[in-house]
Amino acid sequence: MIVNKTLIRELAKQGKRINMRSLTEYRKPITIETNISWTAEGSAKVQIGQTVVLAGVKLAIEKPYNDTPSEGGIMVNAELVPLSSSEYEPGPPGPKAVELARVTDRGIREAKAVDMKKLCIKSGEKAWFVTIDLITINDDGNLFDAVGLAALAALKAARFPVVDQKTGAIDYKQKTEEPLPLLKEPLPVTIYKVNNELLVDPTWEEENAYEARLTVSADKDGTISALQKGGEGPLTISEVAKMVDLALEKAEFLRVELDKAFE
Amino acid sequence: MTYKKRLDGRAFNELRSMEAKVGVVPNACGSASFRMGKTWAIAAVYGPKEMIPRFLADPTTGVLRCHYNMMPFSGSGERIRPGSNRRSQEIALVMTKALEPVVDLSEFPNSVVDVYVELPQTDAGTRCAAISAASMALADAGIPMKDMVSSVAVGQVDGMVVADLNYNEEAYEEGAVSDIPVAMTHNTKAITLLQMDGEISKEDLLKALELAREVTEQIYELQKKALKEKFPK
Repeated sequence: MIVNKTLIRELAKQGKRINMRSLTEYRKPITIETNISWTAEGSAKVQIGQTVVLAGVKLAIEKPYNDTPSEGGIMVNAELVPLSSSEYEPGPPGPKAVELARVTDRGIREAKAVDMKKLCIKSGEKAWFVTIDLITINDDGNLFDAVGLAALAALKAARFPVVDQKTGAIDYKQKTEEPLPLLKEPLPVTIYKVNNELLVDPTWEEENAYEARLTVSADKDGTISALQKGGEGPLTISEVAKMVDLALEKAEFLRVELDKAFE
Repeated sequence: MTYKKRLDGRAFNELRSMEAKVGVVPNACGSASFRMGKTWAIAAVYGPKEMIPRFLADPTTGVLRCHYNMMPFSGSGERIRPGSNRRSQEIALVMTKALEPVVDLSEFPNSVVDVYVELPQTDAGTRCAAISAASMALADAGIPMKDMVSSVAVGQVDGMVVADLNYNEEAYEEGAVSDIPVAMTHNTKAITLLQMDGEISKEDLLKALELAREVTEQIYELQKKALKEKFPK
């Protein structure tokens, strides 16, 4: 695909974009659908414009780690599957997928979104471990925000499977009514710096023209739980301040969309 | 013979409810979604494009290459470790062989057409759903095709020949079960995929194949309808 970087950069200077949106406007529609996979304990499909991602939560009972014997665990994995873009190749996750997974993971983990202690079944022996798999269906940019929304929606939708009290075996075909012990609801918003202007929700084409990006994961009350700067360009302290302000404002907007899925 | 009524109440020749859509992956040259009960396959086609690595290229024709992947949360039990495994490699191979007879890539020497199939949730019959989705995605991509391929699993459960087994039926324990994934072309009624595991008599096998021929027509009609909706004339 030929990307007109110069045009994108010049338009940004004038506060315009190649797709007629304002700089701080998300694409439409934003749709969040939960329980899209019956085999997952929780799942969600998120669409932002033409970007489509799926998230699936699986739960398993395992032995807790030695240094946290009374806690469960959480793991995030992202797959940029070749189905979703001609840019992706089959094979194990590359640096882009690993960054996506780790930034999403930190946003959830560091906010202490999941009560790890409540995941413990028997100290030192058994605890629930949560795995969130993020899969791209169509990558048209802004994957950080899309997978962040999908991950949180899937966590909120998840229900524990039935466990046989005698054998301790999990019956994955039956779900209980019990949701995951969620304490916080962190959401990431990524702000992009293009020709010194700040914009949100770039398409794949626009993503190829940014100097720097900053992903800000924050809870409802504005507490920041993870940051990730990307791109080659540097940022000043005042730029970071502006980016965080914009990210927190946009997180509120995404939260309204998320809440609609759980009405 | 004790299998008088199917576990989910369907008639013996009845398929699960199906849904077919075309153009679900805008980035791809062609794409499709195909649902068969709780089994869901999404297929995307990229190509024809230059074959890399070059030594796999065929100077006389383009090459069709299928890929099959169950998402880590798509199995009915524990999480599946991501990445290729022996099962997914074999399915990718038989999918390619099931579709090769209908695609004509002779005008694209040294090129490759990649078909990627991802499954977000499964309940048996995944390779059949994958083939039915892939066939639609190839047509959506405008790849020259002589025919459509429609696929379904047929089989025998405790003496009864049935169509479109779900997971519970495959796992039926009170009698012998056989699972026979079949892919069939519409115009020529050629079998392009045939596998089976379990046990079956020759008579029941032939009955099952006749049943496959009958029910793949229903899948073909749905595939055709979905394609026509995208390309109204």
